[in-house]
Amino acid sequence: MRLNNKLSLIGILLFVSSLHATSYGQDLMDMLDKETEKQSKPDYVTATFKTTRLINGHSVENVAKGVLDFRISHRFGFLSDGAYELFGLDQASMRMGFDYGLTKRWMIGVGRSTYQKQFDGFTKYKLLSQVSGGMPITVSATAGIMYKSLKFDTPDRENFLTSKMYYSAQLLIGRKFSESLSLQLMPTLIHYNLATGINDPNDVFSVGAGGRMKLNKRVSLNAEYYHQIPGHQISGTTNSLALGFDIETGGHVFQLNVTNSTGMTERSFISETTGNFFKGDIRFGFTISRVFTIVTPRY
Amino acid sequence: MKQILVCVLLCAISAGSFAQPVFMTRNGKISFFSKTPIENIEATNNEVTSLLDIEKGELVFAVLVKSFRFDKALMEEHFNENYLESSKYPKATFNGKILNLSKVNFKVSGTYEIEVGGDLTIHGVKQYQTATGTIIVSPDKLEASSKFVIKLSDHKIEIPALVAEKISKTVEINVNCIYAPK
Repeated sequence: MRLNNKLSLIGILLFVSSLHATSYGQDLMDMLDKETEKQSKPDYVTATFKTTRLINGHSVENVAKGVLDFRISHRFGFLSDGAYELFGLDQASMRMGFDYGLTKRWMIGVGRSTYQKQFDGFTKYKLLSQVSGGMPITVSATAGIMYKSLKFDTPDRENFLTSKMYYSAQLLIGRKFSESLSLQLMPTLIHYNLATGINDPNDVFSVGAGGRMKLNKRVSLNAEYYHQIPGHQISGTTNSLALGFDIETGGHVFQLNVTNSTGMTERSFISETTGNFFKGDIRFGFTISRVFTIVTPRY
Repeated sequence: MKQILVCVLLCAISAGSFAQPVFMTRNGKISFFSKTPIENIEATNNEVTSLLDIEKGELVFAVLVKSFRFDKALMEEHFNENYLESSKYPKATFNGKILNLSKVNFKVSGTYEIEVGGDLTIHGVKQYQTATGTIIVSPDKLEASSKFVIKLSDHKIEIPALVAEKISKTVEINVNCIYAPK
């Protein structure tokens, strides 16, 4: 009996001291690591691209909620026009745009281009967000409407206002592969209420591809190409190709680019580009983006 | 009989002493403030995890850099992408001790001045940091707060010349945590 009691006492003491050993020997930092792991949330990948536009077209990026992005874009004449036109700089085409973030995932924008006196509006919604160690891609959908306010070139014919309206729909599928490399695919549909020519389609299908390579923390090299599906394109048009740099300076982003396209709305650059990039039909262009915080977030 | 009594007593004592001496918070608050004549920058993180061992005076913090919230979304993006490089260095940590532990009586409610020192790791760069603060002991919780200043260059956070006038070279950090027994 006594022996048993002694043994059980020793047993309990050993047990207790072993408990002490574990609870005291454990490093507080290890406990902290375990705690932070427990509460880890999805780690959304941010800054896949510098701005909401890759070059001419949309990127998967959105303007943040409550933020207004004022964008001024210029495209000049063809470099191939030569010295007399100062390599295109004598002609400038401009688009002024205002984009606004309604929610974290949803943004809208309006713009006016001097090219064909065009008004445009769009909406973009982020359907999926890339998560590190999870969802591999970011997917956004855009829908746009464009109105060419240039007067009809056939005024004697019966004309409809809707004949000057165009629609675009895009799916943007992007992935940030590393800190420096992001790529994107853009299946696109452009709809013409009034086809351009008797043999031209009302629906123009194309697939865009593009990406960016960060050269350093503030400069990235971008490329964007839209391939029109043969048989679904307007005759006499070429595919849009653009190369450019994004340069970030605090509150501004400067986008410098060369492209064979003139217009800066989906309908004008994807389905109505006529320049041949490799024959010198290259325009210099730039965009300045400046953001203003309209509604300060509350946390 | 006597032995059993001793045994029960011993158990009671040891049970009492290993009622964890560790206190914890998961929603501590850390904010920082950079002040220059041109622009003030402020951000707050309400998801700070911290543990405090009141017996040994050990104090540890972990902060997800991405959880700092700014008034301007662009600032937040630049903070993560350009300055703190949060995808490369997702966490900032502190691993230290209360240096004047003997001056704090965790059994008596009251306000105590504390000195803390330890390794502060921000942007992947470890730096010994000291700070003064207060700890308010009450029966069911501990409230700790501190204010100190760090140098960005100590943590190899580079500020390009272009924005050097907008970002202060030293940043004031405010910590406020309410701990409950773990």
